[in-house]
Amino acid sequence: MPNDPSRPDPLELLAHARREEAQSRRGRLKVFFGAAPGVGKTYAMLSAANRLAREGVDVVVGLVETHGRSETEQMLLGLDLLPRRSVEYRGVTLQEFDLDAALARKPEILLVDELAHTNAPGGAGGGGRFEKRWQDIEELLRAGISVFTTLNVQHIESLNDVIAQITGVQVRETVPDAVVEKADEIELVDLPPEALLERMRSGKVYVPETVKSAVESFFRVGNLTALRELSLRRTAEWVDAQMREQRAGSGGVGRKAIWHATERIMVCVSPSPMSPRIVRAAKRLAAGLHAHLIAAFVETPAAMRMAADDRERLVQTMRLAESLGAETVTLSGSDAAAELVSFARSRNVSKIVVGKTGLSRWRERWSGSFVNDVMRQSGEIDVYVIRGDADELVKRAEGSPLLLPTIHSSWREYFLAALIVVACTVIGVVTRQMLEATNIVMLYLLGVVVAATRLGRGPAVCVAILGVAAFDYFFVPPQLTFAVSDVQYLLTFGVMLVVGLLIATLTNRLRDLASAAQQRERRTSALYAMSRELASSRDQKDVAAVAVRHMHDTFDADVVLLNSRFGDQARTLEVLATYGSPDWFDDRQRGVAQWSLDHAKVAGAGTSALPSVAGRHIPLLTPGGTQGVLALRPHMSQEPLTPQQILLLESFANQIALALERVTLLEGQQAARVEAEAERLRSALLSSVSHDLRTPLATITGATTSLLESGPAMDEATRHGLLQGIDSEAQRLNELIGNLVFATRLDSGSVQLRRDWTTVEEIIGAGLSRLRDRLQMRPFRVLIPNDLPLLRVDGALLPQVIHNLVENALRHTPDETPIEITAWATDQNIIVRVADEGPGFPVGDEERAFERFYRGAGSTIGSGMGLGLTICRGIIRAHDGRIWTENNATASGARAPGASVVFSLPIERPQPRLFVEEPVSRDATAGLGGDH
Amino acid sequence: MSATPMPQAKLDAGLILLIEDEAPIRRFLVATLAARGFRVNEAATAKDGLLQVAMQPPDLIILDLGLPDADGLDVTRQIRAWSAVPIIVLSAREREQDKVGALEAGADDYLTKPFGVAELVARIHVARRHAQRIEGGKGEHVYRVQQDGRTLLVDLARRRVAIIESDHETIVRLTPTEYRLLETLVKHAGKVLTQQHLLREVWGPTHVNDVQYLRVYAAQLRHKIEADPAQPRFLTTEPGVGYRLIA
Repeated sequence: MPNDPSRPDPLELLAHARREEAQSRRGRLKVFFGAAPGVGKTYAMLSAANRLAREGVDVVVGLVETHGRSETEQMLLGLDLLPRRSVEYRGVTLQEFDLDAALARKPEILLVDELAHTNAPGGAGGGGRFEKRWQDIEELLRAGISVFTTLNVQHIESLNDVIAQITGVQVRETVPDAVVEKADEIELVDLPPEALLERMRSGKVYVPETVKSAVESFFRVGNLTALRELSLRRTAEWVDAQMREQRAGSGGVGRKAIWHATERIMVCVSPSPMSPRIVRAAKRLAAGLHAHLIAAFVETPAAMRMAADDRERLVQTMRLAESLGAETVTLSGSDAAAELVSFARSRNVSKIVVGKTGLSRWRERWSGSFVNDVMRQSGEIDVYVIRGDADELVKRAEGSPLLLPTIHSSWREYFLAALIVVACTVIGVVTRQMLEATNIVMLYLLGVVVAATRLGRGPAVCVAILGVAAFDYFFVPPQLTFAVSDVQYLLTFGVMLVVGLLIATLTNRLRDLASAAQQRERRTSALYAMSRELASSRDQKDVAAVAVRHMHDTFDADVVLLNSRFGDQARTLEVLATYGSPDWFDDRQRGVAQWSLDHAKVAGAGTSALPSVAGRHIPLLTPGGTQGVLALRPHMSQEPLTPQQILLLESFANQIALALERVTLLEGQQAARVEAEAERLRSALLSSVSHDLRTPLATITGATTSLLESGPAMDEATRHGLLQGIDSEAQRLNELIGNLVFATRLDSGSVQLRRDWTTVEEIIGAGLSRLRDRLQMRPFRVLIPNDLPLLRVDGALLPQVIHNLVENALRHTPDETPIEITAWATDQNIIVRVADEGPGFPVGDEERAFERFYRGAGSTIGSGMGLGLTICRGIIRAHDGRIWTENNATASGARAPGASVVFSLPIERPQPRLFVEEPVSRDATAGLGGDH
Repeated sequence: MSATPMPQAKLDAGLILLIEDEAPIRRFLVATLAARGFRVNEAATAKDGLLQVAMQPPDLIILDLGLPDADGLDVTRQIRAWSAVPIIVLSAREREQDKVGALEAGADDYLTKPFGVAELVARIHVARRHAQRIEGGKGEHVYRVQQDGRTLLVDLARRRVAIIESDHETIVRLTPTEYRLLETLVKHAGKVLTQQHLLREVWGPTHVNDVQYLRVYAAQLRHKIEADPAQPRFLTTEPGVGYRLIA
């Protein structure tokens, strides 16, 4: 382990903190743990409950089996009882724990007996939510309800087969170790075996009549002592683990605490029936060492053609590993051992657990031993080899890869194989005059190659054997008998058979590799195709649409993608996108999806949570949280998904989750940027408004108050001056407000262009009309050619541009300096320039001039809101034109002071047709009736 | 609302009904108009305004478009349904469509708030003169107006158009369409005429949307009568609304 053993592993501290945090909201779990039924767990639990109830704690009995024992029943008297739920199962009415009622009642502490109980399977009708009671209890804890429960040692998953060995009774109801390990408190209820047997004899232990004999063989001193030892040891381990955890939690910096870098143990999973045993053994080892357990399976080309029951077993084993608290990993590669060891190295695994293969020595030599490979390559990693049962090994040998076909070739293929032999023989018979016997052997070997590539290994082996027989029968003298005259031919047969078998095996392996590569390639490319499209998606809708389409295509399923929204109380789901038929996604499915979101766990068909619904619900997890839920219902819903499919599904879900998170963050960022910009504008606007509006108001107020106070005493000229000041400032105020309103309208997009054909001259004339008085003090020229094309523009908006530009020039340049408007046409555009001879725009500020509230550095004469140019730009852009500033724009070309604002507007073609009229008469006095 | 008691005016310039909900504006208008010899009746609501139009028919109505109880355009239409009294519309809105709407609904002219008193009085005079001319059944035949030392002279009876500049008279040669356009403008001199109105009058009802005709002929006309067509003095543009030949 790379960690310095004297320092706390930060990851571990973090995990500890996380657990603490989760637990502060979770209810607490207390397990009353015993070696066997009858030791008094329920009684102990009830006495504890009674004690608490007397202290005023809200304790409710969810479900307690008294089995008619009066002392236990008496303990129930003082407690609140939750009604049970009746379930009809195979004609029997069962009384089951009512989870929903418990959640609704929400007591402080709830008593639920028998943690390992399996709920009665419910159909669509009154079924419980979960398969197992421990799942019910998980739900209760999550809801913040503390739970007291009871458990016998033989129900612990990792001890399951040890106990089966001891007692000869295989227990079906098991509880994952992880559930018990998460318990906050474990109370061992201990009773010496003799005392227990005594109680048995006096009828104090409940025993159903039907299983009396089995139970009797179970309740023997030897068994009970072994069970008692197991339970004591397990309890000691738990206590030890808790102590360690506490020490880790309290270990300050500098203190010499015992810090174990977490050990990692990897168990190799195979489809073999003994694999669960190996996984359990690994779990026991891991529990003893407080190590992290990883269960790994390597998907090799051979695994691709795994039989359905093998596949199912593999899935079950992986699920078992998961329930034991192991991390499950599926690797992929052609050499299982190399793959596993390199993965183990990458994860700093210290111990590898493998099962012992039951191959005999010669076969091991032949095909290589997995265990040997692992041991050879493992280097510094310890390898634990665990044996499997003998009968299982026999079963395994049946499926051995060499002699019998594992690909399930049908009779058709074998028939074709026979045909190939027939064909080879016919060709040989026809050409026997021309061919040596050795070449006929070649013919048969060719047949083997064809069979191996086309039909699989079984038929190829069949061709090899039949080929030898046919060769002997038809071609080796004496012909048409199997007898051989020349002993040398025996060698030929042997070599022919071996070569044929080798070719069959090798070709077949090649074929498998190719098809495995092909499948991997298909999966990779499906994933790649989706991630590429996801990368270019800009928002949630995009991502969702891409995701459901690809999921549908790859898995042949109806897909619904939901994303989570933070509502008032809890996170809710809303459908982002669907693909295929959306009908299946009803309220029930929505409930499952919500569960999957809340618990960040896979739910639905083929999973342990809510398995009775048709769809599979995968939470979209990212480091940032759960983004949503992906629900899919495969069209072939009766077939369970293969491990490869599940793996691929998870990869897809990962990609989608990350993409969703990315766009969510992106949208958030954009919103924040927009918000910041809006905020900046608001504050700029506020300061600008208060300044620019108050300045004219100050003049007006000053002038009016002085007129009111001492008007009559003033001379006519002074009074007139004041009044003129009021007038001009009021006009300025009006202009400012107009600009503000206009800019807001442009911003909000509420300005709609009303385009009409008009002339440039008209636009300029209209724009200048309100500035006439101010322009009269200046040298001012307008230069417009007579033959300019017409523009199709908004005749009300464009004059505003001219007005603002000229007004800007007037304001920013000294009096007496000239202003000039020039217009001309290019091929595509009409260009208008408003030029002045003022200080010009500061170099580098040319573009900023159009930004809102920009004020030129030389703007000393008066002030405006800096909105004029912004409005111009808005209007010109709305007309698909361009507007820019230029310094130094005199006709002479010499560098002269001055700025120009230039805009161009596209000329629309065709131009409207106009009929040309000639003046009717030279002499208008002669009237219109006359002619030239 | 009752008629404001009038100070003994030197001359009675006419009765004006002021329909406006803003009291400060009413106050200043009443004072200003009374000082110019008008009698003013006030109404703060459309309902009251319409009642007063019926009870005591005014010579001119000043109507605010933004009344609390009714749309000013509707009020204009209702008055127009039975009375030809000149209406000048006041609007705080700068939207050209509103102005066009008011004019199309039958208003004679419009003013955008804020406005100068001189402008208002000029508009009142133009509107009243126009109304009187229609009442009298015959228009003035000669239009003569001076700007910047140049005089535009249009004699409708003799179909004669001339520019007089420093006592030198130049005859202006117009095409038939140019003349019809100028004639229409002269008949409503001082009033704003909407584009649609001019197109209807000069080109006929089928050409109401051919704005380009109007633009081109207005430009040609300006080249013939204005000193600088880019800074017109006689024929001005009301952006987005129409044209006005000054009176």
